[in-house]
This record gives sequence, C-alpha cells and structure tokens, in this order.
Amino acid sequence: MSHSDASGPADVPKAIAGPSSYLDDRLGAGNFLKRNLRKVFPDHWSFLLGEIALYSFIVLLLTGTFLTFFFKPSMEHVIYDGSYDGLKGVGMSAAYASALEISFDVRGGLLMRQMHHWAALLFVAGMMVHALRVFFTGAYRKPRELNWVIGVLMLTLALLEGLTGYSLPDDLLSGAGLRITEGVAISLPLVGTWITFFLFGGEYPGEDVISRFYSLHILLIPGILLALISAHMILMWVQKHTQMPGKGRTNNNVVGAPFYPAFMAKAGAYFMFTFGVIALLGTFGQINPIWLFGPYTPADISAGSQPDYYMGFLEGALRMMPAWEINIWGFTLPLSVLIPALVPMGIIMTGLALYPFVEQWVTGDRREHHVADRPRNNPHRTSIGVSAITFYGLLWILGANDEISWTFHISLNWTTYIGRVLIFVAPVVAYIVTYRLCLGLQRSDAAVIGHGVESGVIKRLPHGEYIEVHVPPSEDIEAHMRGKEAIPVIAGADTEPGGIPPKGLRGPIGKLKAKMSKAYGGEKIPLDDGHGHHAHGDGEHTAVGAGEDRSLTH
Amino acid sequence: MTDNNHDIEQPDDRVPKRVVGTPSPAASTTLLGAKETARTAEAPGVNLQDEKTAKKGEKIAALCFTITLLSGIAFIASYVAFQVGDVESTEISNLALGASLTLALLSLASGLVVWVRMIMPKYKLVQERHLMASDGETRSYVGETFLQGAAESGITKRPLLRRTLLAAAAPLGLAPLVLLRDLGPSYSDFPEKLRHTVWGEKTKDGKNRRLVVEGTGAPIRAADFNSPGGILSVVPEGYEHDLNALAKAVLILIKFRPEELKSGTNLNWTHDGIVAYSKICTHVGCPAALYEQSTHHILCPCHQSTFDAADGAKVVFGPAARPLPQLPITVDNEGYLVATGDFAVPVGPSFWERGDAEAEVREKGGHA
Repeated sequence: MSHSDASGPADVPKAIAGPSSYLDDRLGAGNFLKRNLRKVFPDHWSFLLGEIALYSFIVLLLTGTFLTFFFKPSMEHVIYDGSYDGLKGVGMSAAYASALEISFDVRGGLLMRQMHHWAALLFVAGMMVHALRVFFTGAYRKPRELNWVIGVLMLTLALLEGLTGYSLPDDLLSGAGLRITEGVAISLPLVGTWITFFLFGGEYPGEDVISRFYSLHILLIPGILLALISAHMILMWVQKHTQMPGKGRTNNNVVGAPFYPAFMAKAGAYFMFTFGVIALLGTFGQINPIWLFGPYTPADISAGSQPDYYMGFLEGALRMMPAWEINIWGFTLPLSVLIPALVPMGIIMTGLALYPFVEQWVTGDRREHHVADRPRNNPHRTSIGVSAITFYGLLWILGANDEISWTFHISLNWTTYIGRVLIFVAPVVAYIVTYRLCLGLQRSDAAVIGHGVESGVIKRLPHGEYIEVHVPPSEDIEAHMRGKEAIPVIAGADTEPGGIPPKGLRGPIGKLKAKMSKAYGGEKIPLDDGHGHHAHGDGEHTAVGAGEDRSLTH
Repeated sequence: MTDNNHDIEQPDDRVPKRVVGTPSPAASTTLLGAKETARTAEAPGVNLQDEKTAKKGEKIAALCFTITLLSGIAFIASYVAFQVGDVESTEISNLALGASLTLALLSLASGLVVWVRMIMPKYKLVQERHLMASDGETRSYVGETFLQGAAESGITKRPLLRRTLLAAAAPLGLAPLVLLRDLGPSYSDFPEKLRHTVWGEKTKDGKNRRLVVEGTGAPIRAADFNSPGGILSVVPEGYEHDLNALAKAVLILIKFRPEELKSGTNLNWTHDGIVAYSKICTHVGCPAALYEQSTHHILCPCHQSTFDAADGAKVVFGPAARPLPQLPITVDNEGYLVATGDFAVPVGPSFWERGDAEAEVREKGGHA
C-alpha cells in the first residue's frame, strides 16, 4: 500500500516533496518529524555553553582528519630536510619531521594544526563551563542523572584525548609531558613497571609510544567520545531540555522556540560562530610553535614547560606535594607522585559522577525536575561547587608556580609552602563565604517579593517623614524568583532527640544521613516570611511594609 | 499542571484550536489569498516581525552572506596564490587563508543570526512534558513479554544450554586480552632493566666508557674542565643518539673547588672536584637541567625539586624524595673523564620494585 500519492500540502515544492515521499515510503520518517519538527527548546544564555564543546568537537574531527593525511606517527630516526632552516640536518623522529612538514610545507597545514589545538582547548573549556552550569542549576537531577554521568565520562576521556594528542608531535615540549606521564605511570604500586613497559613497548621512550598514542588519539577515544556525544544528545532530546524558572514555565511544560526553523538556524549560526572564532584564534594566536622547541631527547628540557591548561591541576598537585616516599618490605610507594596524580583527579571526577546520587540519598528526593534551580536557592550545593572550583583552581594556579614566582618576585619555595596551606584552607573559606552569599541573595529575593522594588519616587508622609515608594516587581522577575522550591528533607530526619527515628535513619549511617538531610534541605530563607511586619528595623527599606507599598501604588 | 499556562498567550476562543506545527486553518479563510502569508499568520506564541524589520533584516543578512561568498572565494584564491616553504611565506599564507576563512565563517554566522532575530517570528511556544516512566500497564506488559520470551527460548529451564553458553563465552572474552601480551617486551624482568645503565658496560675494547659533551660528542679532558662552578650536560660515548640509553644515562657534570664538597658526596667517585650526577630527576624523570652556581643547587624545571650538588645532590626542596644518584668517575690514561662503573642505585623515578636501594648499598658498606 502506497501513501506517496496522498502526501502533504499540494504546494510543497516538487524538489522537496519528491525525495521526502521517497524517504517516508521507506523509513516512515514522517511520524518522527511530525512529533519533532516543532519540538520546543527553552532559551537561556547558559544553555549555549555545552554547544561550544559540541561544535569544537566537530571542528576537531574536521581539522584532525586533515592532519592525519600528512602526519606520520613513527619514531623512526630521520634527518630533517624540510624547508624550516633552523632544523635542517638535525636528527629527529619521523613524527616530528612530519609535524614540521605540516607546518611549513603544506598549504593551510599550519592553520589546521593551530585550529586543531585551539579547538581542543575550547572543547575542554566548553565541557567544563557546561558541567558547571548543569551542576549549579541542579540540571543533573532525575531524570538526567545518566546523562550527567555520560558527561563526566566524556570530560575524563577528553583529558586523555588531549594528553595523547599533545604527545604526538614529538617535540621537546611534548616529550617532557610524555616523560612525566611515564614517571607517574611507573609509580603505581604493583603494576607500574608492567604498565609502563607495555605502554612503551619496553624501556622509555622506546619506538612504539607515538604510534600507539596515535591510534588511541584518532580512533579509539574519539570513537567512544562520538558514541557518548550521540547518547548525550539523544537523551537530551528525549528528556527535553530543562528551563529556568519564569512566567508560565512549570515542571510539566517547556516554553521556548521550535526546533524548526528557529532553533535549527540558531544552532547553525552558533556552530559557525564557534568555527569562526577557532579560525580566528588559529590565524592570529600562535599556539605550540613546535619548530622552536626542537626534537625530543630525554636529556633536555626547557624551563617553563607547561602542559595544556586542562592538565594544569595535575601539574600543580605534583609541584606542591611534599617529598613523601614509603619503603616497606623491599617495595616502594612513591606517595609524592601517587597522591597528586590520583587523589585530586579522583576527588573531582568521582565527586562529580556521584553527586546526583548522593544528593538524592541525602534529600530523599525521587521526583523528576525540569525547572532549573537558581544557584542561590540550594546554598549547600552551590557552596560545595564553589569549594571544588577553589580546590581545582588553586591546583591549577600552582601548576604555574614558577611563572608566578618569576612575575611577582615571590620566592619559588614560598609559592609552594603557601599553596600547601591554601589547598586545605581556601576551599573551606570558599564554602563559608558562598553559603553566606547564597543566603544573602535569598534574603534580597525575599525583600523584593515582600517589599517590592524601589521606584525612585520619594513621598512625604503627613507627619513629615520621607519614604521611597516601593512597587511590586515585574511579573517576569517575580515568576523567576517564585520558581524557588524548598529542598526536600527525608521524612523523619527532624525526629527530636529521644524520639524514635524511622527505620532508615537509625544506626550511625542513618543518623548521619538524617543530620545531613536536615542541614542540606529545607527552606533557609522563605520568600514570604512576612518581612513587612518588622520592616522598621530593615535599614534601607525604611518605613514602608509590603502591604502599605501596594496601597500606595494601586 | 497547566495552572500557569494562562499567563502565556493562549488560543482565544474565537480562534479554532490547532496543533502546533500543523497548517493554520486561517489558510482557508484568509481574504488575502496568498498561501505564503497564511502560513506565517500570527498564532499563539508566534509573534511575527513587522515587515519593515524583516525587510531590513533581509538586506543585512544578504550582505553578510555576500561577504561569506567573497571570503570563500578569497580563501580558494589565497590557497592558489600563496605558496609555502619558508617561515615568511608560511606566515603570509597562514594569514591569508585564516583571515578569509574567519571572515567567511563569522559573516555567515552573523547572517544567520540576523535571519533568526529580524525575519523569523519571536516564539514563545509551550509543549507539555510527560513523565519519563512508562505507565504501569506498559511496564507489566513488557515484563510479561520478557518472561514469556525467556521461557520460549528455553534458557530458563535448560541449564545445560545456559551453562555451556556462559562457559563458551569466557575464553573468547579473554582472547583479546591475551593478544595484548606482545605490547610489552618479551622479557619480564622489567625492574632489572631499570637498575642498570650503559655506564656499567665497558666499551668494545674493554675500556671504561668516556663521558662526552651532549650535542658535540667531544670527550672531556679533566684538565680543561677546570673553572669552578662550571657545568656540562654529559652523555655516554657511543650512545650519543640512543634515546633509550640517554633516558637513564644522561649526566650533569659540575666542577667544584675541593673544599666546597660536603660529606654527602662520595669523594672517591669524583676527580679533582669534578662530580657527575644523574640528570634524570628522581621525582618523575624530567632532566634536572638548571644549576645555580652560588648555592650549588640543581633545579628540575618541571616540578622544582631542588638538589644540593655540593652535598651528594640531596633533596633540599620539592617533591623528589631521593638524591640524584652519583656516578663514579675518574680519568683514563689520556686524561679524559671516564666512568668506572654504573650508578650504585637505579636512576630516575621511583617504582614499586625499587625498594630502598640506597639503604641496601649502605648496608653493604658502599656509598649511594
């Protein structure tokens, strides 16, 4: 039975109607499109951050494919005979020689190389800020926990992809990174030497690692990334995007622009912007000028060697660690390498991956959430996030302690000593300050809801007092603020001492859970707590309570 | 759950309700007759741009797309016009290609944005969300069907089938892992390899191996290396370009006044105030390449481990846990510096099987 003769409106152009009917007859695509062409996408600037990562990945695939046409992933020793005079006649690996060839003997090669590197930096940066947006707005909550975990996996893989990528050109800088990678791998207890000798095909550096990293870098990791990105997109599509609280937006709807034509065109434009900015950077921002570094040799290094920024936190951790090493029963545990290599990464990645589940465990909240939280409205989450950023940021900055010392004329040793203290103190301070800020911001919301906003109109009361007239906030702003919701607390968590808590909250773990639930959840600053009644003590809001405000303006 | 929806423009009762995405019924009643106009009729949540804005938008977008067209042509022209082959020409080619590509992309992006913002309607459409979970009926149907299928397949009541299938999968699953064995070298005494360097090997004619300057390969006459505070990066003769050998054997050679040397340094392994330490940092293996003459500090630029070269290269700062191993050196009968043997302990980063090699050496009465 054919439907092709009964297809859509008569005035669809033939060039479109023909192929569409052909495809629909075979795929039934019409049903899918009927449901999805006008799929609604909510709008907020912060929803665009993940797209930066997505489009950078596409640019990475495009530029990377170009590079593979010319790059030779071989550590075979050759004498350079290309057109860069500075290295003529110098012995080097075929990989480095071909990276130089791409830079100087292939038209557009340098541009593609630089764009590839910039796109990689932007890819990871995009993922990071996107992850922060999702974290601080609680957009990882049910039903999106799995997509969050996929995201954490992608971030981890992206770091690995970066590491294998910047090791490929085999210049002195990339070799320094490889050497540190080896030093870290070999420090692992029990399996370290095995892993290293298997990775390098024997002793470091051997002749295998570049071609092995190459196949990881261009095939295995991007293949997995591509699969995960597809899954990430499909889940986002099926679950529909979260939206910020606002007028007419509920947990049961989605308000915004249709996929076709508006969102599609916007996404296309955004892709072009990302692509264009990467091209701009690749053109004018010199990055990784490998010809200046010379070929890799394990005997040399240049001062100020730094990894790409996304590895900086590991570098900082390595630099800051005291020289601890344990020898026991003839075996060695190099804690000065193991701890910085594994612990910060473990805390951050595992913490990220587990957070949605821990939060659910603490709040007992098993409902679906489609309206994003404003960060202030979940103060503990926001404080944990800022605390983690502080921890990460400090490690990152300390990864450049030599540059800091050089630029600001501080003793190198002191940058390290101060770092060792700050890494414990600063996250705690950040937590407390953020928590206070969140409550302060909640109070200011409550004040806007309760008192209205300053109108700029000064009124003189019969007894001579001057006041500023407050007017109710605009509907949009009020709806945005009223999107706030009390964070659930586990039933029974507030059982009085001596009372009998419910079953799940007995025992030490249960008690801890109850305590955490009480601290984490609840309503810290209710929006409508009748601030108006004690408005006289309220400083700048002077004499007029909420009720009076309205009567003055209505 | 649609409580708040009345805040948004909702279909007026006078307008027949329609499903978003279907043709507007206005098409049949329009007096203008033009179908194009009918499809872009004002609808709930769809606010059309006024024609003046749209017209202006069209012009701007067209201008942007034209710039993209011209820049695209410029890119192709630049590819043909500008050759590469040296630093200057590569710079010009890169600039021409990159600038035209950038302009083409950014201008295309701008045109698209103008199109969306000035020509397309402003949207505020509402769609319902539904719980992700399927309803109970569906769930129990799927559960039933799953059990039914399992029963029909016989996997539940035929344990022999089940167990042999599982058993069959195990070796096949292991096979790829087994295949990875040859990623590593054929020998498995890796730690032994890490304990030795080429300094322990005599040359072909049975002599001690000479120290040669990295880069030039020139042997070092002790008498010529005579200004205190002097420093050289040194590699083993015969292995000047062997990266595997260099990764363990490269040295930092320092000339001291004899009175500057402290007890940490094994004087028997020095020659006339010349000391040789492994250049491979004991932290994670970077070459510890920086030397501060006034303090005798060797600094690794990677993670700032600092060693006191006058005192057996003991760690004075940073994450390295062990001193840089010292190499026993002397001069041969022509006055050139040679190694009299290998390092007493493994060089470079720590590893599991390393153990406290320094303590072992001391126990045997040696000097680490």
